[in-house]
Amino acid sequence: MEIDISKVDAIIDKHSLEHRWLITNLLAIQDEFQYLPQDAIRHVAERMNIPILQVYQVAEFYKVFKLEPPGKHLVSVCRGTACHVRGSEALIERMGDLLKIAPSRTTKDKQFTLDVVNCLGCCALGRVIVIDDHFYVNVTPNEVESILDKYVSNGD
Amino acid sequence: MAEGNTIAESDVERWREKLLAARDASRPRITVCGGTVCLALASGEVGAALEQALEQQGMHASVEMKTTGCPGLCDQGPLVTIYPQGIFYTKVKPEDCSEIISQTVKNGEIIEHLLYEDPQTGEKIIHITDVPFYKEQTRILLKDSGLIDPYKIEDYIAVGGFRALEKALTEMTPEQIIAEIKRSGLRGRGGGGFPTGVKWELCRKAPGDTKYIICNADEGNPGCFQDRGVIESNPHSLLEGMIIGAYAIGANEGFIYIRHEYPLVVKIIRQAILQARENNLLGENILGSGFNFDIEIQLGAGAYVCGEETALIASIEGRIGEPQARPPYPVTKGLWGKPTTINNVKTWAWIPPIINNGADWFTQIGTEKSKGTTIFSLVGKVKQPGLVEIPMGVTLRHLIERIGGGAPNGKKLIAAQTGGPSGGCIPESLWHLPVDYDSLREAGSIMGSGGMIIMDESICMVEMARYFLDFSKFESCGKCSACREGVRRMYEILDYITRGLGQEGDIELLEELGQAVKIGSLCGLGQTAPNPVLSTIRYFREQYEAHIRDKHCPAGVCKDLVSLDAVKEN
Repeated sequence: MEIDISKVDAIIDKHSLEHRWLITNLLAIQDEFQYLPQDAIRHVAERMNIPILQVYQVAEFYKVFKLEPPGKHLVSVCRGTACHVRGSEALIERMGDLLKIAPSRTTKDKQFTLDVVNCLGCCALGRVIVIDDHFYVNVTPNEVESILDKYVSNGD
Repeated sequence: MAEGNTIAESDVERWREKLLAARDASRPRITVCGGTVCLALASGEVGAALEQALEQQGMHASVEMKTTGCPGLCDQGPLVTIYPQGIFYTKVKPEDCSEIISQTVKNGEIIEHLLYEDPQTGEKIIHITDVPFYKEQTRILLKDSGLIDPYKIEDYIAVGGFRALEKALTEMTPEQIIAEIKRSGLRGRGGGGFPTGVKWELCRKAPGDTKYIICNADEGNPGCFQDRGVIESNPHSLLEGMIIGAYAIGANEGFIYIRHEYPLVVKIIRQAILQARENNLLGENILGSGFNFDIEIQLGAGAYVCGEETALIASIEGRIGEPQARPPYPVTKGLWGKPTTINNVKTWAWIPPIINNGADWFTQIGTEKSKGTTIFSLVGKVKQPGLVEIPMGVTLRHLIERIGGGAPNGKKLIAAQTGGPSGGCIPESLWHLPVDYDSLREAGSIMGSGGMIIMDESICMVEMARYFLDFSKFESCGKCSACREGVRRMYEILDYITRGLGQEGDIELLEELGQAVKIGSLCGLGQTAPNPVLSTIRYFREQYEAHIRDKHCPAGVCKDLVSLDAVKEN
């Protein structure tokens, strides 16, 4: 995929070229493109004078970074301890069954990416699902389908 | 620096007087919770509906609306409180708002169905101060949570904010501040429990002109939200503590390392930093004292191991978060090789009250060796989950049964899990123990940063251990083979046991491996990863034996074993 490299430059130019800004820059690039495009990684490595291997190492190490374009909707199911003891495992299973994908994968039609996350800090209301920044709390496995339908039926 | 500076006349004090003079305490005030959880429950819509109702009923000018941070009673949200009476409404919906204004705010009438119901007695409670969940707490760090707007520095100033900073900069030398913190006995609130004053002194005395301070707000422990609660409700208290600490240690640059999973917290703390800069509380020549200090935010990118201090430092430097061997400790060789002090959010937030009230005041709260209060995220199988601040030394039973309201559905409570994947399960038979660093450690768990998950008999302890090991296996950075391979192997054994494939000797093997992983790992992650297994073997061995020998899961959680039973019965 072609990307607008000037957007990457604008991000890098916000700070000095010191190594310490690598993660900050990668986070900003991901905010811009929803993932880390190869060309952007290469460009960051060149501009910041960091071996590309090291940039990939950082991008692979930190879980927030995605190296492939995610689906249109990002579905995060929390499996923090509080959610776990309240049965989040069943939610994860149900969500996977409905979307027909494993966690960290994107559906074939590029509509949904399923993430399983550690804790969103809403423990008192577990089980929690977040879709595109919208929180659904105290979700039961039976409700998963109707929640998901809101995003499927959009059709656009 | 303490002598001859120019702020003895106190800019902040004058500001505060002006703010308080302009305030009419009898004027009705409505607070709406705007923390992460309440926003998830649509408290934003409730706030808008209240504003609209005020407008429609012509009361917009005479009533003050305030959006606050997280007051900690998350499952009752959205929360609305009406002052000066302190009438407390829970689970408020936008359609309730017109009635709230016309009946309660205008006429002082109570709307019955919005009142909080005491989970233990079923009694409806009108005033927030009578709610047992709050009444039983000792709120010091959370004193202003639910009362002030975290986006407004004026609100913090009005309740006495930055008074400690003025005192520190005008009346105290750095050495005096460190002596006061040492005398207070404050121990690190991230879970380690190292004496804060001693850490500061080591860092101050370490050779080198450039020093750094860091706030660890990488609350990666699953099941915890205390740091989120503190920052969302009062971000300026954290900044004030950090500025005082930087002055005492001799640092001019500070960092707040915060997890990206908390977007609201990041937004709130960014705003707080901007406001502090605008008012000369950060930046050059703070309050005319000649002291320079500023704070930057560094976002975590989703790596639990970065809660470990050397890994956190690597992450701020832009590298992968692999821990380093200690010594040297960060206090002598930390960020970019310079002396660095890292403290947790709550440790920094404790500094202003201690400087304001003195070490003697602080030492009166808590126990002999664990001073002050501590904040727990009390969650899991309790009637009233939430954010709870209690003095050290309160018994687990009091915390779980009195404040948390005990079991939610009549099932027997069997254990409290503290310390997350680094901690252990404390069985119900030991709930007479006081909550403090040493008692919890002796019981085979740790204080941790404040997560407490209550478990009832519907939870399988073997599966719980498997869950935590799965977490640690995934989060291990892979540097030490004991952690990388050992934790994985322990997970596999547990997984086999929960699937009915356990063998005689597995328990002993887990114990042996657990010890090896503890000894052979460089950082806290590996050193503590076996704890959830070892503590559940210690207290719930019979559950392991039932899984292995009888292929039976007493809690009925492990699916493979449940279905085996069903097959047998048929």
